[in-house]
Amino acid sequence: MTDCIAHTAPEPVFAEPWHAQVFAVTVALNEAGRFDWPEWATRFSATLKRHGLKKELDGGEDYFRAWLETLETLLVDGGETNAGDIDAVSAAWEKAYLTTPHGSPVELSAD
Amino acid sequence: MAQPAAMPHDDHDHPHALLPPEPALRVKALETILTRKGLVDPAALDEIIDTYQNKIGPQNGARVVAKAWTDPEFKRALLEDATPVVADLGFYGRQGEHIVVVENTPAQHNMVVCTLCSCYPWPLLGIPPGWYKSDAYRARAVREPRKVLAEFGVALPSETAVRVWDSTAEIRYLVLPMRPKGTVSLDEDALTALVTRDSMIGTGLPKVPS
Repeated sequence: MTDCIAHTAPEPVFAEPWHAQVFAVTVALNEAGRFDWPEWATRFSATLKRHGLKKELDGGEDYFRAWLETLETLLVDGGETNAGDIDAVSAAWEKAYLTTPHGSPVELSAD
Repeated sequence: MAQPAAMPHDDHDHPHALLPPEPALRVKALETILTRKGLVDPAALDEIIDTYQNKIGPQNGARVVAKAWTDPEFKRALLEDATPVVADLGFYGRQGEHIVVVENTPAQHNMVVCTLCSCYPWPLLGIPPGWYKSDAYRARAVREPRKVLAEFGVALPSETAVRVWDSTAEIRYLVLPMRPKGTVSLDEDALTALVTRDSMIGTGLPKVPS
């Protein structure tokens, strides 16, 4: 139990860019009416509970990993995408990063 | 904060762009898929991030508290039904649909938690801090609130009861802290500067004027 004490230093709203991105995608989908917030909260709290059985969650990186998993599941359940698509596009992004010269913008090839 | 999972080239020249950690790639993948389907707009995502990173934060809630300290009629209305009252100040929208303000008194100190996840009044406080989202706070705030308060440096007189409010996706609580002594001569702006984020969650007290 250390987290409640470590609260004095100012902290960024989002510690990592991807935390902000996954937050924004979720909020945008909620606003577009893909799901309501109580539904999100119910699903998200279930994921947190499940992850929390394995280890005590610190509310940082592990919180957003649970958030991402919840969003993926929600989109797969809703038929917006499927696990294979997510894996494939994710691999395409990885390839794009590894083949883009440092300093150039990383873009996904249009295949 | 945990280190990103995959940052393989941190200490030498990069032949290629720095590879983000695995979850970041998956988020990019979701964004790509949803953008291609027309379900999200990248510009709208940037706007959402900018809003919560730069525009909305505890300074909003602090204005509400300072106004309640100086305007009895505003305070009465705020405690009766906060949502329309704060909306009049321009604080409304996402996760602010039903806000309830609970007032600290010498007899009762209020403290807010979301035991299920991290429900929080975004329009007034922005995005919750890491500790608010931690398992430790979520479990212990209810079980041993005085001990948690002590860890935050808040020592209350023994005659002050502690009441813990559990925010949900339907109701989000904001604490109205007690106005510090020695602030009679301060105007609303000066008072606003004394109101901390934690004092509106109930894990802190307002600053005392120097």
